[in-house]
Amino acid sequence: MIKSLHARHHQLANQERQVEFLQNGIFKSGKLPTFKQKIEPLGHFPLKPAKIEIFQMNIGYMCNQVCKHCHVDAGPDRKEIMTRDTMQQCLDVLTHTTIKTLDITGGAPEMNPDFRWFVSEAHRLGVQEIIVRSNLTIITANPKYHDLPEFFKENNVRVCSSLPFYNADKTDRQRGEGVFKGSIKGLQMLNEVGYGKEGSGLILDLVYNPTGAFLPGDQMQLERDFKKELKGHFDIDFNNLFTITNIPISRFLDFLIESGNYDDYMEKLINAFNPSAVSGVMCRNTVSIDWQGFLYDCDFNQMLGLKTQESSGQNISSFDVSKLEQREIVVSQHCFACTAGAGSSCQGATI
Amino acid sequence: MDHTYYNPEDLKKFGNIGEWEKNLADKFFSYYGDVFKEGDLTAREKSLIALAVAHTVQCPYCIDAYTQDSLEKGATEKGMMEAIHVAAAIRSGATLVHGVMMMNKAKKLSM
Repeated sequence: MIKSLHARHHQLANQERQVEFLQNGIFKSGKLPTFKQKIEPLGHFPLKPAKIEIFQMNIGYMCNQVCKHCHVDAGPDRKEIMTRDTMQQCLDVLTHTTIKTLDITGGAPEMNPDFRWFVSEAHRLGVQEIIVRSNLTIITANPKYHDLPEFFKENNVRVCSSLPFYNADKTDRQRGEGVFKGSIKGLQMLNEVGYGKEGSGLILDLVYNPTGAFLPGDQMQLERDFKKELKGHFDIDFNNLFTITNIPISRFLDFLIESGNYDDYMEKLINAFNPSAVSGVMCRNTVSIDWQGFLYDCDFNQMLGLKTQESSGQNISSFDVSKLEQREIVVSQHCFACTAGAGSSCQGATI
Repeated sequence: MDHTYYNPEDLKKFGNIGEWEKNLADKFFSYYGDVFKEGDLTAREKSLIALAVAHTVQCPYCIDAYTQDSLEKGATEKGMMEAIHVAAAIRSGATLVHGVMMMNKAKKLSM
């Protein structure tokens, strides 16, 4: 298993260093336009939010996997974990606003010791939609997680899981040796309790992201391929496949630089810039909360330490929907990944 | 002047061919775009054909472009190599099948 940038004391484990990198080099020299320069003529700068619909909480960076492209730089060594007090503050916000979707991510969110308490509380309080971004292998990683499918079902959780390809070769190269096998087992266990099965009402979505420095293909075509292959080889059913473009931050940024792909990848994202994808970027209807309760425009900005604009409030303790809906979204060059081609978000293509 | 005939940067300038003959370039790019649209063949199948042909015509620009495009369309590396073997088999087959012509000629000439 590879180590996180954090454990290696790598320079890109430093958020400021990453932000600096995205602002310098090819962008400082003027060889490539900045994100601001691309959206300004379209009347989208400063980028403003629409109605907040998704409350995305990152409840800890600890993970049982160490994927090569992870934008969180998650891994077993990461100790940042959200406390029950902060979770309670989030629940208070959710019960006093009209936000419909709670999106729980990590790391492996299930590794937070208060995960089950939190999900059960959110369900009990009537949160309309609860999404858990589960990496699948966590289900079989330890006997204490074996009943996660049942737990998800009891709480009507919508499960959203990464599976970069329908074979072991590509999946394991990105996510680690044996991950494909573990993911298949996890998917079968979810199917057994009804997830992904027609008529069950239990939604199981998969997330595809490219296994290298290239863009995702057509979401519908890839979904058809995944359904055919996973059904044919493993009798697995799922609902939707979401394609997500790899964001040039953290471990994926490290990969791009180390493999000599950084300049070309950024240029590719810019050449694929789709003006009509700007209005659909997820930061316009999402607010991201980190393990300490700080607020960000998206999970990627969270990893870069780019908090929401100061005047809109920056912590869950001062959460104010009306102020947040007036804020200016913080952008940098990594944002090009969300406006490339058919657009990209945690809910897949946006066009 | 560069000291190589091929420069990867030139691939990005492909569209510039229209600067000296716009009408024909427009027709070509419009046709090209339509060719690669999904039809009875999927976009991925077309990309793999393009990859195989790229190797046959030994065009570095096309190899660069369609390696990337095949990956984006969800092709496996094994599948991409299989496509190139198809091209290689046709190329070598085309050479060898002409052996029949050689045999015909040799038989005619020989006692």
